[in-house]
Amino acid sequence: MEVVYSISPLLAMLASLMGAILILFAGERNRNLREFWTILASVVKFSILSSMAPLILAGKTIEYTIVNICPGVYLQFRVDAFGMIFALLASGLWIAVSIYSIGYMRDLKEHAQTRYFFCFAMAIFGAVGAALSANLLTLYMFYEILTISTFPLVAHKETPDAIKAGRKYLAYLLTGAAFVLFSIGLTYYLTGSLDFVAGGFVGGHGSRNLLRLLFITFMIGFGSKAAVMPIHEWLPSAMIAPTPVSGLLHAVAVVKAGVFCCLRVILYVFGPNLLSDLGIWLILAYFVSFTVIMANLIALTQDNLKRRLAFSTINNLSIIILGAALLSSNAIKGSMIHIPFHGFMKITLFLCAGSIYVKTHKELISEMDGIGRLMPFTMGSFTIGALGLTGIPPVCGFISKWYLCLGAIEAKQLIFLSVFLISALLDAAYFFPIVYGSFFKKPNGMNPRFNEAPLLVVVPIVVTAIFSIIFFVFPNAFLSFFKMATIATHDILGRG
Amino acid sequence: MSLHSPVLAVVIPLICAFLALLFGWWRKNLCYPITLVALSSSFLASLNTLHTVITTGTIRYHLGNWNPPWGIEYVVDHLNALVLGIISCIILVVGVYSKRSVEQELPEKIVFFYTLYLLLATGLFGIVVTGDMFNLYVFLEIASLAGYALIAIGEDGAPLASFRYVIMGTIGACFYLLGVGYLYIATGSLNMADLSQMLPELYDSRVVLVAFTFFMVGLALKMALFPLHTWLPDAYTHAPSTVSALLAPTMTKVGAYVMIRIMFTVFKPDFSISLFPITSILGWLAAAAILFGSIMALAQVDLKRMLCFVVVAEIGYIGIGVGIANRTALIGAILHIVNDVFMMACLFLAVGAIVYKIGTRNIYRFRYLHRKMPLMMALFVAGGLSVVGIPPLCGFFSKWYLILGAFKADKWIFVAVILVSSLLNAILFFRVIENVYLEPPEAGRSLEEIPTDEAPLSMLLPMFVVVAGIILLGVFSGRIIDVVIQFAIPPSI
Repeated sequence: MEVVYSISPLLAMLASLMGAILILFAGERNRNLREFWTILASVVKFSILSSMAPLILAGKTIEYTIVNICPGVYLQFRVDAFGMIFALLASGLWIAVSIYSIGYMRDLKEHAQTRYFFCFAMAIFGAVGAALSANLLTLYMFYEILTISTFPLVAHKETPDAIKAGRKYLAYLLTGAAFVLFSIGLTYYLTGSLDFVAGGFVGGHGSRNLLRLLFITFMIGFGSKAAVMPIHEWLPSAMIAPTPVSGLLHAVAVVKAGVFCCLRVILYVFGPNLLSDLGIWLILAYFVSFTVIMANLIALTQDNLKRRLAFSTINNLSIIILGAALLSSNAIKGSMIHIPFHGFMKITLFLCAGSIYVKTHKELISEMDGIGRLMPFTMGSFTIGALGLTGIPPVCGFISKWYLCLGAIEAKQLIFLSVFLISALLDAAYFFPIVYGSFFKKPNGMNPRFNEAPLLVVVPIVVTAIFSIIFFVFPNAFLSFFKMATIATHDILGRG
Repeated sequence: MSLHSPVLAVVIPLICAFLALLFGWWRKNLCYPITLVALSSSFLASLNTLHTVITTGTIRYHLGNWNPPWGIEYVVDHLNALVLGIISCIILVVGVYSKRSVEQELPEKIVFFYTLYLLLATGLFGIVVTGDMFNLYVFLEIASLAGYALIAIGEDGAPLASFRYVIMGTIGACFYLLGVGYLYIATGSLNMADLSQMLPELYDSRVVLVAFTFFMVGLALKMALFPLHTWLPDAYTHAPSTVSALLAPTMTKVGAYVMIRIMFTVFKPDFSISLFPITSILGWLAAAAILFGSIMALAQVDLKRMLCFVVVAEIGYIGIGVGIANRTALIGAILHIVNDVFMMACLFLAVGAIVYKIGTRNIYRFRYLHRKMPLMMALFVAGGLSVVGIPPLCGFFSKWYLILGAFKADKWIFVAVILVSSLLNAILFFRVIENVYLEPPEAGRSLEEIPTDEAPLSMLLPMFVVVAGIILLGVFSGRIIDVVIQFAIPPSI
């Protein structure tokens, strides 16, 4: 694999870091300037990242080393196809969420907006940094930055409940991080290296049981961020945060960083060969299958829209991990493209929830009857997102689920095929009543006149919804997610 | 100039201590500039020493041209050059910071304060550079006596705390002196290099074994290693803000340095590791110190007292590294000495600024503080996160080496201790951060009404320097290890 040395990854990282600092300096007094920095940073970051995409698509990797940390470990960026998928997703959706946040925060006259935008920029900094990291230690650094910078966002409302949610968030994630640090230390002790290698690098070091232990501690650590049951509790609680934050948590940065790291460990630290040799993939697969089904069953019982969406996220995250755990080429490909596709669909749904809240201050599904008549654009987009997550064409969710199902068949694991299918059915069972209620039921007590949320709020929703459809028709449109997933899968399996 | 730089670092503050006293009689406000001049020259001399050591290797300076082992010799190798550089930097930074805080807290005693401050600096520098066991005792006493006096001029309760410290500290010093005496009886020498040549033949001698034990107990007292830490929380809590900010980062770390020096230079590493199982005892005590310190810190509502227990825990980290006693862990321990100097300085300086502005250290009264002092609080958070071990701040990297070292030594329990204590530290600091940043405003009072009331520049600037140090030490930790620390570890480990 050809390696290109370039400063672009560093520049992309600096864009959001500088953005964050400028946001801080602009402060509450110059809100327009502050918002300008947010938008500018997000656009610049996205442009730099997409400028790297052609090289990646040509099968190269881009590398930039900052400084040596300890023998054999550098603070280093290495952009590969898989990292690029996540980096493009995070930075691309940051633009949409930034625009939406401005509308949302101003409309609700939220407090501490400077802190909010600063932490948001830092969170993206962490997420993209994790995506571009060349080794586990660099990854850990950005992973921690992401964790810490999200804490003020979760506790944003500063009510006792919000502070409690923030504490819960930190308790789960920092404990997870301790597990991760343990695992990284052990990996370094065993192999003397931490660099990601497509197809894994720990094989042949240490005893089989030690490697099994290592895998488990890795999964506990990163699984806490990916909200795998039973360590998912923080995620529904964190729904108390402002809606754009929930969008960030679910679709863009935080939990996606969790699954991203899980996949990195599965595919780039251990690798398919070693995992099937150790036989531990099956345990992981059963474990996350339980989460897949259980999360959807719980989602059925939730009346709070955001909580229902939260459990839907937990379901989808575990689907992604399940796909990787199946270790077949189609399943890996499916789980990789499910990361961006789920991101686009889920952020649509969350932004819709926020839009409803901005306009009507409603959070409960039972109160949303007939709301589609007031807010046709919002609920129309919601419908698209819901269709996509259920896996119905013509929304991109179908494509990723299709590959995941193919992968299950390829791995000759029909039981996991049924897990995918049952979860899709359950998806339908909890999404469609919302859609039905909002369009076909009579609104009670509401004036069914067109009354859409502010423009800054609606436009991003419609855009992300349209993207969800475009990605079905052209999975390679704009960002070439599909092609990148193919390249990454080829790298992993080609070597193994 | 560069030839004399190790001795200049010690002598300049000593002379200036007397100058400060003399000129202070005439004009009180001359003390501060004299102190700064003295400390900056010391700092420059230390940097020069460090540079010389890095480029040309160990410096041996014979005082008064008397040849060792009869004359006193200053020996500066990579280990103490690094410690000297770091400590002189922090003493200077705290010196810059001291002005406003001392004017507010000790308006009557400015002259004495700066005289003692310079004497303390002399003592600390002397301990670090000397290559003579008895000379080290002298400097240890200079530093300690100045320290007792500085603590005693603090708030109510300080004299009593200082008295306890005097008793414990004197016992420690006595143990150390007895150790020196025993070694002198056994070998007839006080020079470290000389001793390390002669001692291996005497490793079976009871006198030497007792001497070594006395050293360890004495130094454990001086560096406040659990369970001999009892003097520290009271003394550092009641001391004036600047004094705590000076003592907490430097005093205990210098004690740790002396311990490493005696274990691995005066005595051979083989002796300390295998012949006399001090390292394994030290490791377990240190593990207990980490957990005890962190848990006790949780129970405090006084921020400064909480930090005092954090210091106890941080000493544990150094101890655990020395206790594991393989190359990686020792790198971690020495790196942690360096990092901890900066982290503790950052936190204690922040406390000083908080006391200066709002007059309380109770963390439940920190509401709105991020409005009043946005910069100071942001810097405090950086220090706190570093202690928790968030990369790229420096605290992470020493922990990383300690964890690796523990893995290599197959001491998994120490890995667990370090990770658990990181979590405890996270609780500690996020509790403070929550109280500062997230307390909802009282009803009917909007945040916009609270005016910004930032600490003065003479306090902010040192904080900026320290936090910049925390970040740079983190990012360039690999480089520091390559250039300095790897040479500071005895090659036989």
